[in-house]
Amino acid sequence: MLGPMCQAVMATMVTSTKKATTKGMGSGGRFPGPNGKKPGGNGFHGGDGGNKRKFSPWSYRITMWMVLAAIVMMFGALSVAYVMVSEEQRTPVPMPRMFFVSTGLILVSSATFHQAKKALEQNRADTHLRWLLATLGLGFGFLISQLAGWRELARAGVYFSGHPRSTFFYLATALHGGHLLGGIGLVFYLVIRRLRPLWQLSAEKNVTWTRVVGLYWHTMDGIWIWLFALLLIFK
Amino acid sequence: MSAETHEGVHRHPAPTSFIRKYIFSVDHKIIGIQYIMLALAAVAVGMTMSLLMRLNLSWPGTHWPILETLFPTGAPGGVMTPEFYLSLVTMHGTIMVFFVLTTAPQGGFGNYFLPIQIGAEDMAFPVLNMLSFWVTLVGFIVILLAIFVEGNQSLGQAFAAIGPSFTGGSGTVGPIGGWTGYAPLSALGKIAGPGQGAGMNLWVISIAIFCVGSLLGALNFITTLLNMRTKGMSLMRMPLTCWAWFTTAVLALLSFPVLLGGGILLLLDRIAGTSFFIPSGLYVSGLLSGTNPNFPLHTGGSPILWQHLFWFFGHPEVYIAILPGMGATSHILSTFARKPVFGYRAMVFAIFAIGLLGFFVWGHHMFISGMSPYSAIAFSVLTLSIGVPSAVKTFNWIGTLWGARIRFTTAMLFALGFVSLFVAGGITGLILGQSSLDLAMHDTYIVTAHFHLVMGVASIFGMFAALYFWFPKMFGRFMNESIGRIHFWLTFIGVYTIFVPMHIMGIVGMPRRYSSFAEYEFLKTLHPLVLLVSVAAVITISAQLLFYFNVFWSIFKGKKAGDNPWEATTLEWTTATPPPHDNFAGVLPTVYHGPYEFAVPGAPKDYVMQTDAGADVPSGDGHNGHKH
Repeated sequence: MLGPMCQAVMATMVTSTKKATTKGMGSGGRFPGPNGKKPGGNGFHGGDGGNKRKFSPWSYRITMWMVLAAIVMMFGALSVAYVMVSEEQRTPVPMPRMFFVSTGLILVSSATFHQAKKALEQNRADTHLRWLLATLGLGFGFLISQLAGWRELARAGVYFSGHPRSTFFYLATALHGGHLLGGIGLVFYLVIRRLRPLWQLSAEKNVTWTRVVGLYWHTMDGIWIWLFALLLIFK
Repeated sequence: MSAETHEGVHRHPAPTSFIRKYIFSVDHKIIGIQYIMLALAAVAVGMTMSLLMRLNLSWPGTHWPILETLFPTGAPGGVMTPEFYLSLVTMHGTIMVFFVLTTAPQGGFGNYFLPIQIGAEDMAFPVLNMLSFWVTLVGFIVILLAIFVEGNQSLGQAFAAIGPSFTGGSGTVGPIGGWTGYAPLSALGKIAGPGQGAGMNLWVISIAIFCVGSLLGALNFITTLLNMRTKGMSLMRMPLTCWAWFTTAVLALLSFPVLLGGGILLLLDRIAGTSFFIPSGLYVSGLLSGTNPNFPLHTGGSPILWQHLFWFFGHPEVYIAILPGMGATSHILSTFARKPVFGYRAMVFAIFAIGLLGFFVWGHHMFISGMSPYSAIAFSVLTLSIGVPSAVKTFNWIGTLWGARIRFTTAMLFALGFVSLFVAGGITGLILGQSSLDLAMHDTYIVTAHFHLVMGVASIFGMFAALYFWFPKMFGRFMNESIGRIHFWLTFIGVYTIFVPMHIMGIVGMPRRYSSFAEYEFLKTLHPLVLLVSVAAVITISAQLLFYFNVFWSIFKGKKAGDNPWEATTLEWTTATPPPHDNFAGVLPTVYHGPYEFAVPGAPKDYVMQTDAGADVPSGDGHNGHKH
């Protein structure tokens, strides 16, 4: 790859001091580096011909990491709340069986999304689409089984406005479901992108979008496993 | 350069219509000014409320005709009720902390200057940036609504149409509960008393909306700073302002979701009958939980849980308020001392250390909540350890000033005032941070004095300094220096006269949040001090009228400023005044130097700009490029 070499060369050109290239902080090409990882900065000085600002995958990836950090903090806070208020509850809430089903579904959906990403990286466009659609289907299946889980809870006499722990069963699934619905929207967007006529031309953008959606999807998977374990353990 | 490629330089072409240019603008500079204007509006509301509180404390029982006209139920006969006073306390705190101290330093100045200082042509996601402002504005409108819905009887009745829990018109200016909104009072709904219906609902909703707006902003700040620095702008060549805004954004990103989660739970408790914060067997307003349709059964909640969730956000929040002020102060001290920031690297690590430690000290707000003494010791030790990075910053500021030929501009005066207030207010932090001492002083005026000095007024001074400093770049004109000096001295002496006596009141034992002290024999001797504070507050608040006049007069009539009027070094001073739509007119700058290259031996001027490329300029990597 030319990338890293270019960066090193640029770094020495850009910064007039040797220190900047040898010391940890200060070099132009380090993660995430000034102007992303493009040797030409924003494209203004890089000698890559045009003055057009380049698409920067790092902007999308960093932002997605930050979004996920915020979401994890919120679910973390709710989990702490759950543990704190569940201390004095005497009657355990039975875990609905449908929640086991949905756990299986979301785990499989992560795998299918991974296949979709792999297919894209290997340039198998149709396989990519098929796995995306499979992920969408599993996502919807997950939401439906969550709703079925709510029915099961209600039949067992566990309602939203009872004890905080009962509420948490509904609240955690609802908030997670809402976030997963956002994920379904993102996967749907990938499908729309895939179906555009000149889709192949923006390969870098396609990969970036697939990656950030993947980050989101797998994190939602992880958050559900976490919530599921929490509800199982603190009965 | 062909027309076609030139078009590509702008990520979004400069808008031409008034609405796209000044109202729904995606330009970070306009959004920054919008945030500052929002803060100027909010601070006027918050200040008016503090004025009303002072009037009530020092001249209790006086008839104020204007209050009677505005709030016939809240101030019958022109004398405010205790409930009215308590709602003033709540709304003053909420509006000041959220809509002034969080919006102006970060959303305002950060938005305007972070992209320029790192050499980017805009934020990473301009539309997201616009959304973050408009969401924040909606939050502000909702909190203002709380004032009128509770203060106006007919509007309060109209709001009851939404649902019984939204009944307002109880003769207050919002909810009662302080900016911390402690449960169970805040969780119970309208049976808990005046202001607890619509007012508290709107308060929670406003805070939740504000959380979302701040999160959108924080995402943008972090991505922009990490990914959009121009060529040569390494992390250690960034101005300290950028470090401060970045750290603030990280704090906001990690703390606001927790408040949002808590806010959702609180709102559910209030309108959906859940009991996260309401314990079993609560007896309120003559009703036992579960025995009356107005007060349904609640079991198993924990009021302390709200305190944990709130303060886990609340403590980082005070650093969200102060860190940008620290950044601006370092920046301005260095510029007008004509010396590099002393210990740049140490300053960066101190900012980080303060931000990091800020997440582990929330318990020091809860020493009297019945927590285990062992937890209290842990929180206490961690709290006191924040004194170390704070001292690093303070000594480095003094080191920056040491031996300097200082240019005493108004901006510099306010930056010096920041250092003074930060030290004076921070000292009492060492007292209150110890659980044993806090047990005695909790909820007295010494706490009020402490946080007003160190987080309220110091942050505001940082913002004053920033505005006087950057005003020429933002509007192409200077703010009036003579008015600025009068404004500084009146405000500086004023705030000390307000808050130093409060320390004494606190030590004597005067409790916070009381509308009247007439019943307490042992506090009667303090009345002259209370009077002094109120008089000082009236004068200090009046002095701010000078500031408002100066801002709006100078935008149109101020002395014209050049591109680099302060002879400063960072990137915002390399571009035109005011900066063009894409900040650098199509050619992004290349950076060769650290941000504070003042008093450089061998340089043609007494400073080297970050973009100076010439071989005759001694090259250096900022702070340690040249030893003294």
